[in-house]
Amino acid sequence: MAINKDTVKYTANLARIELSNEELDHFTGQLDRILAYVDKLSTLNVTSLKPTSHVLKMKNVYREDAVKASLPVSEAIKNAPLLENNLFKVPKIIGLEA
Amino acid sequence: MMELNTLTAHNLTELLKKGDISPLDICNSIINRIEKTEKSLAALAHFDKEKALERCGNLSKTAEKGELWGIPIFIKDNICVKDELTTCSSKILKGFKPPYNATVIDKLTGLDAILMGKTNMDEFAFGSSTETSCYGPTRNPWDLERIPGGSSGGSAAAVAGDEAIFALGSDTGGSIRQPAGVCGVVGLKPTYGRVSRYGLIAFASSLDQIGPITKDVEDAAILLKAISGHDEMDSTSADIPVSDYLAGMKKSIKGLKIGVPKEYFIEGMDKEVKNSIKAAIEKLEKLGAVCEDTSLPHTEYAVSVYYLVATAEASSNLARFDGVQYGLRADNIKSMMDMYKKTRKEGFGDEAKRRIILGTFALSSGYYDAYYSKALKVRTLIKTDFDKAFQKFDAIVTPTSPTAAFKIGEKISDPLTMYLSDIFTISANLAGIPGISIPCGFTKNNLPIGLQILGKPFDEETILRIAYNYEQNTDWHKRKPDIK
Repeated sequence: MAINKDTVKYTANLARIELSNEELDHFTGQLDRILAYVDKLSTLNVTSLKPTSHVLKMKNVYREDAVKASLPVSEAIKNAPLLENNLFKVPKIIGLEA
Repeated sequence: MMELNTLTAHNLTELLKKGDISPLDICNSIINRIEKTEKSLAALAHFDKEKALERCGNLSKTAEKGELWGIPIFIKDNICVKDELTTCSSKILKGFKPPYNATVIDKLTGLDAILMGKTNMDEFAFGSSTETSCYGPTRNPWDLERIPGGSSGGSAAAVAGDEAIFALGSDTGGSIRQPAGVCGVVGLKPTYGRVSRYGLIAFASSLDQIGPITKDVEDAAILLKAISGHDEMDSTSADIPVSDYLAGMKKSIKGLKIGVPKEYFIEGMDKEVKNSIKAAIEKLEKLGAVCEDTSLPHTEYAVSVYYLVATAEASSNLARFDGVQYGLRADNIKSMMDMYKKTRKEGFGDEAKRRIILGTFALSSGYYDAYYSKALKVRTLIKTDFDKAFQKFDAIVTPTSPTAAFKIGEKISDPLTMYLSDIFTISANLAGIPGISIPCGFTKNNLPIGLQILGKPFDEETILRIAYNYEQNTDWHKRKPDIK
């Protein structure tokens, strides 16, 4: 097996997604089949190859460090589910189990 | 006179210039069609008739008219339109109205096109069938029991079903070309960097491109020109001049060298698809192109590379949906972690969860080298295959998909089988090259078949030229579905 339930559970936690037991079962089976398929990459010897993370030949893109017009704060945050005094409001972080 | 909604943008522009029709006539024709067929197709995610009419009324009446003056356009639901619902067909972006326009939207409205609404899609563009949308599946106008392809299935179905004149889609692994292919319309994925991605809600940033879905090749050229060009808001946007596609595509294809890769004609592929592609190749030869067999030897690894690279990038891009800045936040939460996990549990559908977990796994400590890093190296091999082929050929032709449209529900429970339906379109995204799908035949059940033409980087002109010459000498694009 390429992946088991414990690893899926651990990975889902890294991805901050809560899974039901049912989801955990069927995702594990499906991901295992997908990983078994992609395992065909292991038949290739790639040690001498450079990775392609993107295809353009360009490297760093620079611009003048100049101040330009930007969105007003009220516009930028208007889609937030919870606001207070023009700030995002989130649950208490300190003093609770993470 | 033919119904205006059935016409192309270039037809309509002619009629508008002559003064035979007004933008309002076109708009009303579209609205009438939507009221008749949208119940069957479910191609649209957000459409507000009054707003569309209002935009039409606000159109500038001055002598200075943009090239797309009065032409209505639909936009895939992952492209930001200021103050309009933009949800990627996902529950997690419920109610999201961007505070800014994508660059392509500013370009279109700058040319006086009329924004009509947003089209349905697979959630976050994760899919090949438009079945993973939180709004439910879109249906193929040629057979309502079948998928319209995906992920830009709403755009393709709206164009094929004459609810739209043309539309924008996005293509990360075939999401413009495959739906265009199975809906019998034209879909073009530009070279990576040709069209600005600013305001396109990211799926896989090294693969995504916005592109046109249209009723004919001329409209594809017009729309591509309208949205192309350098944009300083997208650091991966290429500072390369945009060609005059309309003039370029009308040249003859005599003497053009076209490669036919043997890896795209695999054992067990659909016979009707195979025969249609073979016939299309013969047609291209009759028109003067020189078609020769070639090989892209690493084709069989493309799906594997793609589903590691694309999901890894997606897992990173979708980390921003955390219940803080926009969209959904779950109720009854106890802590920060609880908020993240519950919001993402409730907000993402199955396929999004699956891809985020797969991508996170491929990037995670202990697996990074074996999966993500390896996939990037094999991506180099796939790109090199094309570099070599294009030393000899001006373009490459293949089927767009291994089969015509499959049935709704047929592949949704088996992700791997679904992933394999992208087998012929994925490589172009990995290599960053442009590709177009045009209609090249029908199955005996009257389902469209797509021909894919792939070109050199930034040589959209040549693939449009081949597509245009083929189209002008065939009638496939003139057929219309009878929506029941």
